[in-house]
Amino acid sequence: MADSEMKSNSKWVQFLKGDLWYDFTRSPVAIVSFITMVVCLFLAAAAQWVAPFDIFDLATLELMDADLPPPWAGEYGEDKFFLGTDDQGRDIWSGILYGAQISVFVGLASVIISAIAGVSLGLLAGYAGGRIDSFIMRVADIQLSFPAILIALLIDGVMRGLLPRELHDELAIYVLIFAISISGWVQYARTIRGSVMVEKHKEYVQAGLVIGLPSRIIAVKHILPNVLNPLFVIGTIHLATAIITEATLSFLGVGMSPTTPSLGTLIRIGNEYLLSGEWWITLFPGLALVVLVLSVNIFGDWLRDALNPKLR
Amino acid sequence: MTIMKKMLTTVAAASMILSAGLAEANTLKFAFQGDAQSLDPHGLNETFTLGFLSNVYEGLTMLDQDIKVIPGLATSWEVTSPTTIVFKLREGVKFHNGNSFNADDVIFSWKRTLSEGSDQKVRGGMVVDIKKIDDLTVEVHTDGPQPLMPSEWAWIYMMDKEWSEENGAGSAANVKEESANGYSLNHANGTGPFEVTLRQPDVKTVFKRTENHWNKDIISNVTDVIFTPVKQAATRTAALISGELDMVYPIPVQDWSRLDSEDGVSALKGAEARTIFLGMDQMRDELLYSNVKGKNPLKDIRVRQAMAHALDLEVIKKKIMRGAATPTGLMIAPQVNGFNPEYNTPYTYDPELSRKLLAEAGYPDGFEITIDCPNNRYVNDEKICIAAASMMAKIGIKMKVLAQPKAKYFAKVLAQNNYDTSMYLLGWTPGSMDVHNVLNSLIACQNAEKNVGLFNLGNYCNARVDELTTLIQVETDADKRQAYVDEAMQIVKDEVGYLPIHQQPLSWGVSDKLTVNQRADNAFDFRYVVFK
Repeated sequence: MADSEMKSNSKWVQFLKGDLWYDFTRSPVAIVSFITMVVCLFLAAAAQWVAPFDIFDLATLELMDADLPPPWAGEYGEDKFFLGTDDQGRDIWSGILYGAQISVFVGLASVIISAIAGVSLGLLAGYAGGRIDSFIMRVADIQLSFPAILIALLIDGVMRGLLPRELHDELAIYVLIFAISISGWVQYARTIRGSVMVEKHKEYVQAGLVIGLPSRIIAVKHILPNVLNPLFVIGTIHLATAIITEATLSFLGVGMSPTTPSLGTLIRIGNEYLLSGEWWITLFPGLALVVLVLSVNIFGDWLRDALNPKLR
Repeated sequence: MTIMKKMLTTVAAASMILSAGLAEANTLKFAFQGDAQSLDPHGLNETFTLGFLSNVYEGLTMLDQDIKVIPGLATSWEVTSPTTIVFKLREGVKFHNGNSFNADDVIFSWKRTLSEGSDQKVRGGMVVDIKKIDDLTVEVHTDGPQPLMPSEWAWIYMMDKEWSEENGAGSAANVKEESANGYSLNHANGTGPFEVTLRQPDVKTVFKRTENHWNKDIISNVTDVIFTPVKQAATRTAALISGELDMVYPIPVQDWSRLDSEDGVSALKGAEARTIFLGMDQMRDELLYSNVKGKNPLKDIRVRQAMAHALDLEVIKKKIMRGAATPTGLMIAPQVNGFNPEYNTPYTYDPELSRKLLAEAGYPDGFEITIDCPNNRYVNDEKICIAAASMMAKIGIKMKVLAQPKAKYFAKVLAQNNYDTSMYLLGWTPGSMDVHNVLNSLIACQNAEKNVGLFNLGNYCNARVDELTTLIQVETDADKRQAYVDEAMQIVKDEVGYLPIHQQPLSWGVSDKLTVNQRADNAFDFRYVVFK
């Protein structure tokens, strides 16, 4: 117990003394984007406690409150809805929080699934080589020649045809995660495969082979930990892409349904009112999406540069 | 000789080109929020589909711009005995494929309305037999007096017997068939002034003006029509403003002021004769979509009353419809014959009373139920359902909204699918503009043999109302008839057979390049479209 505490403590100290932390404290862009990202993620995760209204509880909605502009922008807004309300009297700010929660959940889940699939396949391809390698990489090539959004649309379309409507609405979130992850694994696989091919010829692997360790132990226990570094960079940038893909799909009407809206769904709903001069229904969810994705992207960029030895 | 012939053909061709050049090509491009269900004239009794097809097909009688009955393919009709009506058919009418229209086609079309997949059984069922006197005369026999039959039959379109049988379209193509199994779903051969030249369901339908239509008095100068369904309301409005489309409907009510301030387009508003209402399953012993098992809460009048008093129609009018709707207590609109304003007061909004009634009925904590709702049929249909759900939530009833495009919605809830619904939102315009249509189709007890009450999806049923419906059908004395109507409406209201919501507005967006006729049933007749 004390040992492991010591260990993690010393790791933390190591981290604070390391280059990464040093770079971080010297880069205002990194600090600002990191703080923004963390605040966004926190608000999304804590939507249930932070949001002033529960948008899923129909009993709390008052239709009389519908279509109110933000109080600071129109003469008849109400203070408790500081970003206005939508066509059913739902508070826009609460909607954004709950919507962001769904968007972030879909994004994170897709990143994790893509990463697991991509790392396993990349490790397999890189270590096994030969036909297995060619096969996996050709599949990846084919996959890369389709835009991610197209694959996601295709999968969603097929699922829509297969599942009855009621079921589809309930499963929409899983269909989305599946659709986004399946188009995201390629990057992980390619990166990991490249690193594995380099590592494969190093002495410690040779040593393992000489003492007769089975291949899977060498691959998983010895090679894998040495090739995981780039994963954080890809993961961060992929998170931003996944959130955008989710928003695009929902905006096109093939993602989340209006009853459990994500940020993309909110923007789509609001879009109907844009021509009618009710700009707040679509503008604020749009801004929220921009802030979230931009902060994740900038932080990811910084992380990539910071971890790239060539840039030192 | 051959030279002579060649010259003649050249001259003929040249003159044809000339005359074609002289006649101006006017292409009307318009959009609706959904597509016509199919091109089959007997497959779905829906005003949009039938109104759309009225440009291609015609009935024995027709409706003019004010929904008055005028002669169509019949030039005249005469009631020769209480149960017999003789129709004289128009001479020289040709279908688009060149076949002549005659008495056999009338008999064939009538039988087709009674075939398995038909949604026009209520109208077809008004007639028990049709006898052919000669090629241009038919004798129609009815069960009892059916004075409304000629006006109802404006919606029964005549099809060509030979064409239908050749193409295996002898019976009506059902709304349940989603793909193009039936030939008649995607092909049409009518007598109307427009012919369908291209049909891509949910994408595009192209019409061409026919030459030599029997009616030379049609004022329209439209030569081609391109119809595209555009689901997104904002996209429709934008396409109209940009000039890409000449006419779109419905325009979201919140966009009226925007259209009026724009040059070159305007919003055409009116009061539609369509009543929007919620229906409730009162026939099953256990609801299909509810958490209450072993009994049907909607059979309890107190539950229905509770629902009625939970709906705040004024707020729906103000917020969802932006003031452009008329809350209603009756199942018919003011334009409909038989309307009596005294009976039009909606149920009062009183959620306290609702909660009390629910508790008395044994549901102090409410229950769960699913409502079926179209999302591209009526003005703000899905939004009304969601608003109703939030109002129901306040008295404890958890209403789940299942909103679908109308093609799927109709295929689920209608008779052809055994009324697969527990609660639903529907809108109704009586085709004949008479209250009898509403009583006979929506309010009378379901009776598949007599083809009555087939749109009474929840089977609200009262023997006295059925009796009154029969009386209203034959009564000619206006005062007596109105007394029967009032009695029937009072019963329906007391028993909360339905939850009427409002009459929706007609809301069209029209380019200033053309004039159109906006009919109170929201049907768009190309015959009255004139390019300036």
